[in-house]
Amino acid sequence: MTIADVKSDIQQKDKPIGRFGSRTWSRIRRDWQLYLLLALPLAWLLLFQYYPMYGAQIAFRDYKPGMGIMESPWVGLKNFEQFFHSYLFSRVILNTLWLSFYSLAVGFPLPILFALAITQLTGGLYKRSIQMVSYAPNFISTVVMVGIILQFLDIRTGPINILLKALGLDTINFMGLADWFPSIYVWSGVWQFTGFGAIIYIAVLSTVDPTLHEAAVMDGANRLQRIWYVDLPALLPTAMTLLILNMGQILNVGFEKTFLLQNTLNQTASEVISTYVYKVSLAAGIASYSYGAAIGLFNSIIGFILLFLANQISKKLTGNSLW
Amino acid sequence: MAFKIHAITVRPRNRIRESRVDRIFMGALYIGLGLVLLGLLYPLIYVVSASISDPSAVMSGEVVLWPVGFNLTAYETIMNYKQIWVGFANSIYYTVFGTLVNVVMTILAGFALSRKNLVGRNFFMFLFAFTLLFNGGLVPTYLLVHDLGLIDTRMSLIIPQAISVFNLLITVTYFRTSLPEELMDAARLDGCDDIQYLMKVVLPLSAPIIAVLTLFYAVGNWNQYFSALIYISKPDLQPLQIILRSILIQNQVDLSTMMDVQSYAARVSMIVLLKNALIVVASVPGLILYPFVQKYFVKGIMIGAIKG
Repeated sequence: MTIADVKSDIQQKDKPIGRFGSRTWSRIRRDWQLYLLLALPLAWLLLFQYYPMYGAQIAFRDYKPGMGIMESPWVGLKNFEQFFHSYLFSRVILNTLWLSFYSLAVGFPLPILFALAITQLTGGLYKRSIQMVSYAPNFISTVVMVGIILQFLDIRTGPINILLKALGLDTINFMGLADWFPSIYVWSGVWQFTGFGAIIYIAVLSTVDPTLHEAAVMDGANRLQRIWYVDLPALLPTAMTLLILNMGQILNVGFEKTFLLQNTLNQTASEVISTYVYKVSLAAGIASYSYGAAIGLFNSIIGFILLFLANQISKKLTGNSLW
Repeated sequence: MAFKIHAITVRPRNRIRESRVDRIFMGALYIGLGLVLLGLLYPLIYVVSASISDPSAVMSGEVVLWPVGFNLTAYETIMNYKQIWVGFANSIYYTVFGTLVNVVMTILAGFALSRKNLVGRNFFMFLFAFTLLFNGGLVPTYLLVHDLGLIDTRMSLIIPQAISVFNLLITVTYFRTSLPEELMDAARLDGCDDIQYLMKVVLPLSAPIIAVLTLFYAVGNWNQYFSALIYISKPDLQPLQIILRSILIQNQVDLSTMMDVQSYAARVSMIVLLKNALIVVASVPGLILYPFVQKYFVKGIMIGAIKG
């Protein structure tokens, strides 16, 4: 405590600001060390998370690097209109939505199925090896993952094309055809994340009361029926929570992987909001910061609305919600 | 909080003999999961095989599963590829130093926010959690980092990512559920203030959460490439992932260190080998550590699942 702190302490003791106020102040004074511990993380939060939200107002300005945020001229919705009228607008939005829904439609149920399958096995080496191997790809970096995809799908040396040739079929230039892009993106994600995504469901299934299963067996239920009537209902709350969270991320198609998989040939399917923002702002020869910020802000707002809607719908239908 | 993922075998052995339907079901399940296992392993085996095979065999499409011939030239090339090792060294720096900052900041905030007597706790929690739902976006964040003068400094890959709010929420949950109030009361009676309580009582009890945080952050820092892409342009500051990208994805391979490769065809096949070898080399640190740390990741997910 500095001298100034002590002085302000004394002053506050002399002049209590109402009954509630003084009690709160005395609690804050007693726990000043907690605020000290929180100070640095809080400063970081305000600077690196909240200041950019304030800075997002350049979406409504014509930002000039020399002038700073406040001095740059106000242009209202011009940047947003430019985006809505851009010939790329519908393509970028549709690509983003399609990649997201495709990922969600495949990537959401598969970890649940995998968890249900794994929990049917009764311990042992087989179960352990499957679990261990299935978690591993999660730790491969995006860059290496895309490297593997490129090697794997290579038109000359990739095993997929070798197999196609052996079967007497035509080879396919997977990375050069826009039609293939969504499937490559989604199914490589399945390979990488299904096992790890199942962990949470396996954990939930381990909490299911065994007597429920015993009772079901007594009633003559077979395994499939027990999965359907005992296991699946137990997974529902967790699954709904994760689904809601995913809905909020629907416009945030992973920049890294999309960007790395993208090339001039598959661009018509692989240009999504985040890669487009990067291209018009940071990667552009003449960076249009305001335009990029406008698209980014549009993205954040829509994402926020989708999350909100998903939460309300889930609350109504299943009673599960984030807030 | 002792979790043991392998021991999740709640299902009692059925005393009644399994019905025929169930036996067919289980048979199909064992076979199906076996296929899944092969599908998971296949790409990994292929990459290793393609990195040690004879280059011409790879080019003519003979390598499908096991290596054909034996050739370590690709690995020798990597050994002499200076840029890769600069990247490796940089990535170690970013991972070690970055993770240290991450863990300290997260524990500080997590401890304070887990305390019930912190006035305004809900407000602060909201401030942190809200950033999971909404953010300023790429451009304003970049401009901030730029205005702070962090572009092309090592700090640009450490400070802006100092805290992952998701990891912070895990930490708060851990502290709340594993530190009983009585512990704090007892420490108070013994004359501990908050900071002493954190240092002398909480930290020694926090090994599991520190392990989880260290692993989550370290993997994130090691794999991280987007920040380096936008904040770093100096070659000697680039992390490994950026070097990997230029070789694996952008095809910018410097073969000057390879003396014996003259013909164009030989160069092309060597590049294929080199890429596969590089994938192996880049994954080795993770694969060596993975079996030892696997349970901590599982534990981290479990802690997060208690209250998402």
